[in-house]
Amino acid sequence: MSGGLYSMDQKDFDQTLDLTKVKPYGDTMNDGKTQLSFTLPVPCGDEAVEAAKQLLKKMGFDNPQVVYFKELTDGFTFVNCYGACTHTVDYTTIHVPKVESTVWSMPETDDFIREHIGRKIVVVGASTGTDAHTVGIDAIMNMKGYAGHYGIERYDMFDALNMGSQVPNEEFIAKAVELHADALLVSQTVTQKDVHIQNLTELIEMLEAEGLRDKLIVVCGGPRITHELAKELGYDAGFGANTYADDVASYIAQELDKRMNG
Amino acid sequence: MTEKSKLGLDFNQVAVAKQLAKQIADQVQEFVDGYTTVTVERTLCRLIGIDGIDENEVPLPNRVVDSLLEAGVLSQGVLYFMGNAILETGANPQEIAERISAGTLDLTSLPLHPLPEIQKAIQPYIEQCLTRIKGNVAKRNEYLNTIGEGPKPYLYIIVATGNIYEDVVQAQAGARQGADVIAVIRTTGQSLLDYVPYGATTEGFGGTFATQENFRIMRKALDEVGEEQGRYIRLCNYCSGLCMPEIAAMGALERLDVMLNDALYGILFRDINPQRTLIDQYFSRIINGYAGVIINTGEDNYLTTADAVEAAHTVLASDLINEQLALLAGLPEEQMGLGHAFEMDPMLENGFLLELAQAQMTREIFPKATLKYMPPTKFMTGNIFRGHIQDALFNIIGIWTHQGIQLLGMPTEAIHTPFMSDRYLSIENARYIFNDMRSIGEEMEFREGGICRERAKTVLNNAIELLQQIVQEGLFTALEKGIFGDVKRPKDGGKGLAGVVTKGDNYFNPFIKMMKERW
Repeated sequence: MSGGLYSMDQKDFDQTLDLTKVKPYGDTMNDGKTQLSFTLPVPCGDEAVEAAKQLLKKMGFDNPQVVYFKELTDGFTFVNCYGACTHTVDYTTIHVPKVESTVWSMPETDDFIREHIGRKIVVVGASTGTDAHTVGIDAIMNMKGYAGHYGIERYDMFDALNMGSQVPNEEFIAKAVELHADALLVSQTVTQKDVHIQNLTELIEMLEAEGLRDKLIVVCGGPRITHELAKELGYDAGFGANTYADDVASYIAQELDKRMNG
Repeated sequence: MTEKSKLGLDFNQVAVAKQLAKQIADQVQEFVDGYTTVTVERTLCRLIGIDGIDENEVPLPNRVVDSLLEAGVLSQGVLYFMGNAILETGANPQEIAERISAGTLDLTSLPLHPLPEIQKAIQPYIEQCLTRIKGNVAKRNEYLNTIGEGPKPYLYIIVATGNIYEDVVQAQAGARQGADVIAVIRTTGQSLLDYVPYGATTEGFGGTFATQENFRIMRKALDEVGEEQGRYIRLCNYCSGLCMPEIAAMGALERLDVMLNDALYGILFRDINPQRTLIDQYFSRIINGYAGVIINTGEDNYLTTADAVEAAHTVLASDLINEQLALLAGLPEEQMGLGHAFEMDPMLENGFLLELAQAQMTREIFPKATLKYMPPTKFMTGNIFRGHIQDALFNIIGIWTHQGIQLLGMPTEAIHTPFMSDRYLSIENARYIFNDMRSIGEEMEFREGGICRERAKTVLNNAIELLQQIVQEGLFTALEKGIFGDVKRPKDGGKGLAGVVTKGDNYFNPFIKMMKERW
């Protein structure tokens, strides 16, 4: 058996969990063990390994180890590294803004709408601007849904229109007016150079200019969207990675109920 | 077909399916033959040597074609007026285009010569163009005969930095790591531009503009790294969208090797008008066929919107139609990169066997095609570790079923455009598996009555049923009903219909015949 199978690290640190000083966990509380991989724009060799180690130290890792390195092409070296994180965070004081609604199943949401709204909720969704990706809006809206979560089209109590991709904000708003939409869903997948921010901001500005902003629940979603970002940009809610139609549908139902019935 | 099917496929059924697909393609072709489009005409401009832009960065081919469209005479075709102008002015097409752009020449106000004289005047420019493209084909063959190429499946990777010079760095790195095909992803939205941008570009969203200069820069870089590595590196771009045949022409002139080239994809996923893009596709495939370019079709995309298990037969049906449409354009089977994908839910029991059956079935139904196999994307979650395994399973099927082009899946799919290291990990994954399992396809048999054989039979039968339905209704109606990818596209909807023009009495395009007959 080769060396390295057993941890010979000294464990002379306090091994009790303190939520005011949280750090990564490898196999022992407070060991801080972290894995990283990155590429340095330098030729492969001992100097590259040393550069990676020094960088890890500057990132706040003790005992930096470069366990694998490989030249990707002339002048670029890929490294896999481990280190013990020296930083901690205070978990007890963390506050993350979240969409404040209870997530229900499809039948629960439908029942709630029947009882509290008394009609179908009209939702228009699109991937707006130059964004050609429909994967996000499809996952939320299409009948089939995604990963076992049915899309909004399948709900009895939603009238859903998915306008697809590359929809200009003007057309999106015109359709919302035409259909007397209760809610707008905007999906943004492409985020290079913050194009999604410009696009999302433009929509809100246009809605405000036309006096429509307060009449609609406006929601955005995408892999790089957080609720906090959405609120900052003037949206009612934002849905990021690992959220599904259930999250969005329950939120819209509860928010509309709040607005209609106080 | 005398070859025995490993999957127990009934080749009589396959022949039935191909016959049905041919009927569908013939119906489409009957329609296509009556029309031209603005981009087909701009393509002719490019082929006879018109290039460059005006002071507002409008390409000269657009200036020439727009001048005819505005005068309401585009139905006679750009070659008619150009040939006439050559006779009248003695200038060459580029000079004529520059004069039109400067406002000093109006093609429609020149006295008209008899048609045979006009055709004769334009002929040298056509032959010059074909000579250049033939030279490119010869150059590619020379490379293939001297430095050679990687074994199939070709490893296909993308670069997408937005900056052509940065793309070169990434592409050369990828080639050094083992990639055989480099695709330069286009900037978001280029497919909807009704012109081709000009010059070297350094700004793009999610990709790099397809321009002739960018093609040239990347071609040169790949030839360099190919010579260094002793392996021809193929260059791929996107011959789709509103400028489909123009991009094909640019690719033929700059020796691209692979082109995404699928009207159905543009219709379904870019909302391009079905009539427009099927007309455009015909000429673009003629050019690609002549230039030795492998086309890739986009059936894999159906499975990003529709379910990969339920909609498997739509992928096969579409591959069959695409094959027949390509044959009508004179594209050899070896240049058909018919698309399919590994997109089933990884949580599905025996999903691997269903994927294997689909890939093997596709291989047997299109035995000569350079099949394009797409990696998992829909169920890539950001869990890069599981993603790397999904890509490994995909690679196993790629080598097992002898796919032609293996688009490498990236563990970081759904997170970002690939880092240099992501590409390294993916290539390492594929090369390891391809080597470790090289002959598995020859060793393994599919059990009679087993899951794979039954699955393939079902998918083929369902595809035949669907094709029968499309024969009755026509492809345009099928598209209106949302048969492919669950997406519905009306015949008169979408972008670009205004650019469709009926061919007039004097219309001629000698490239069609000359290219198909391999002048």
